[in-house]
Amino acid sequence: MEKQSIEQLQKICTQLRRDVLRMVHAVQSGHPGAPLGCAEFFVALYFDQLRHNPDFKMDGKGEDIFFLSNGHLSAGWYSVLARSGYFPVEELKTFRKINSRLQGHPATHEHLPGIRVASGSLGQGLSVALGVAQAKKLDKDDHLVYILMGDGELQEGQVWEAAMYAAHFGVDNLIATVDYNGQQIDGPTTEVMDLKNLKAKWEAFGWEVIETKKGNDLSSVLEGLEKAKSLTGKGKPVMNLLYTEMGYGVDFMVGTHKWHGSPPSDEQLADALGQLEETLGDY
Amino acid sequence: MSLYLKFTYTEKKDTRSGFGDGFLEAGRKNPNVVGLCADLIGSLKMGAFQKEFPERFFQTGIAEANMIGISAGLAIGGKIPFAGTFANFATGRVYDQIRQSVAYSNKNVKICASHAGLTLGEDGATHQILEDLGMMKMLPHMTVINPCDYNQTKAATLAIAEYEGPVYLRFGRPSWPIFTPADQKFEIGKAWKMIDGKDVTIFATGHMVWEANVAEAMLREEGISAEVINIHTIKPLDEEAILESVKKTGCAVSAEEHQINGGLGDAIAQTLARNNPAPLEYVGVNDSFGESGTPTALLDKYGLNAANIVKAAKKALKRK
Repeated sequence: MEKQSIEQLQKICTQLRRDVLRMVHAVQSGHPGAPLGCAEFFVALYFDQLRHNPDFKMDGKGEDIFFLSNGHLSAGWYSVLARSGYFPVEELKTFRKINSRLQGHPATHEHLPGIRVASGSLGQGLSVALGVAQAKKLDKDDHLVYILMGDGELQEGQVWEAAMYAAHFGVDNLIATVDYNGQQIDGPTTEVMDLKNLKAKWEAFGWEVIETKKGNDLSSVLEGLEKAKSLTGKGKPVMNLLYTEMGYGVDFMVGTHKWHGSPPSDEQLADALGQLEETLGDY
Repeated sequence: MSLYLKFTYTEKKDTRSGFGDGFLEAGRKNPNVVGLCADLIGSLKMGAFQKEFPERFFQTGIAEANMIGISAGLAIGGKIPFAGTFANFATGRVYDQIRQSVAYSNKNVKICASHAGLTLGEDGATHQILEDLGMMKMLPHMTVINPCDYNQTKAATLAIAEYEGPVYLRFGRPSWPIFTPADQKFEIGKAWKMIDGKDVTIFATGHMVWEANVAEAMLREEGISAEVINIHTIKPLDEEAILESVKKTGCAVSAEEHQINGGLGDAIAQTLARNNPAPLEYVGVNDSFGESGTPTALLDKYGLNAANIVKAAKKALKRK
C-alpha cells in the first residue's frame, strides 16, 4: 500500500469516527466510546504500519497480522477493514443486523475478511496472538503480530498468564498495545479496579515497554508504533501503552465511560456528525 | 465361574500411553503437529514427543487458559496443536476459552484430556471430572472422542491429527485391558459393533467398553443375547448404528464413566426419543461427585462395572 500523508490519514480517522457513530446509531446498540478513542491507532496501523494483504488469508503467512482482543471495538475495526479494502464499505450498514457478517463482536464463522478469531469475552486475544507469533517463528516468517487490548481488560487473569509466557519464550515478534483510556463500563478504572503502575507491571513481567502519551495525535501514534517496531527482534515482547481519551472527536462524548456502550440519539448523532467532516464519503 | 469372553487380553496398559505413543507417531508423520502441556508432561506421556521435537513443543506452565489461546493461535498459523492436561483442567476450567477461541472460531485444536473420570482414583473428586463429555458435546463444531483401550486411543490420536477441526479427546490413567487390535482403523463418528446380539444392546464408551464385553459373557451364561457397540465418538453420534441395533434388540443400556446427566446415555435417549422410543437404562454416575479410592473400588461403589450393566440390561429387557 502506498504511504499516505498525515493529512490524508487524518481524514480517514475522521471518516472512521463518522462510520462508528452512524453504525451504532443505526441499530441503537454497540460501543462508540472506545473506537472513537482508537481511531488514530486503527488508521496508523492499517494505512501505514501493517505489511498486509486485504486479499485475506486466514493463516496470515508472509504478512503482518492484527488481533482485536477487546472485541467491543468492533465498529472501529470494521470501519478500518472496509476502508482499507478488506470488504465493501457498503457492508458497514449491516452492522449488528440479522444475517450480517458484521457481528456485534468480531466472529469468524461468517468469514468476514480480516477476522481470524472471535473476541468479545475479554482476556483471550493476547494468548491467541502469541500462538500465531510462535507459528511464524516456526515457519521462519519474519512478519509481526499486533494486538490491541483494553486497559480494563487487563483485570482478566489470563492476560497475565500470557504476559508471563511471552517473556519466557522471548516472543519478540509481537507488539501489544493497551488502549489506556482509564475507563470501563462501571466507571474509571481507578475506582473499579485500579491498574496502578502498568508500566512497572509489564516491565516486571519481562516486557519492553514504551508509552505513547498522546494516543489521539496521529504523529505520536505513528512514532510510537515505529519505536515499538524498532524494539522487536531483540528477545523481548513489546508493549505499547497508548494513552487515549474515550470518545475523542466528539465534544460531549470525550473522557467519560458514559459512552462505553450507549448509542447516540438522533439529535446527538446530528450534533456529533456536525463536528466530524465527511471526508471519504459515508457508506 | 469362568466366562468365555468374546474379546480377551494378554496385556494391560493405560490409555494415556496410547495417546502419548500416537502423538509421537503423528508428530513424525506431519511436521505441522505441535504439542502443548500445562505442567503435566509426564502424566500425559508427552515427554517422548518433547524430546524428539523440542522446537515444536510448548510447556505453558500451570496456565491452562493461556494454553488454549496459544493453541488457537498456532492453529491459525497452520499448525496442528495437541494441548494436553487433566480432563478437569482441559474443560471446566477453560470452558469460555474453548468456546470462543476454539469452538466458535472453528480452530483446528486437539484438546487432549487425561485422568478423566473416577478411575483417576486416589486424588479424589477435585480431579475426577464426570461432566466433561457433556460440556464438550454441547459446543457447536466440537468433535468428542472417548476411546476404550491403549490401541484404540493410539489409533484415535492418529486419526484426529488428520481431521480438520476442534476435537476433544478423552483418556485415562488406570492400567486397562488391551482388547482391541493394534492395527485398527479409527473412523471418527463411526460406531463399532463389537459383538452381535438380539435381545438387548449395550452402548458403551471409554473404559466401560471392557465392562460391556464382560457383561455380554455374563448375560450369555443366562441365555440373554447382548449386542455390544463401542461408541468411541460421542459427537458426532452414529445415530444410524444406534437405531439399527435397537430396531433389532428393542431395548438398550448405556455405560459410561461420566454423569448420567449430559453424557452418552442422554445422547442416545435423544436419538431414540426422536426416532424409535425404546426402553433405555443408564449405567453412569448419578448426580454426585466422586471421592478417593482405588479405581476398582470406585467403579464398584458407583456401579460402573459389568455386574451393574447386567442388572441394567435385565431391567431394560423387562420393560420391552
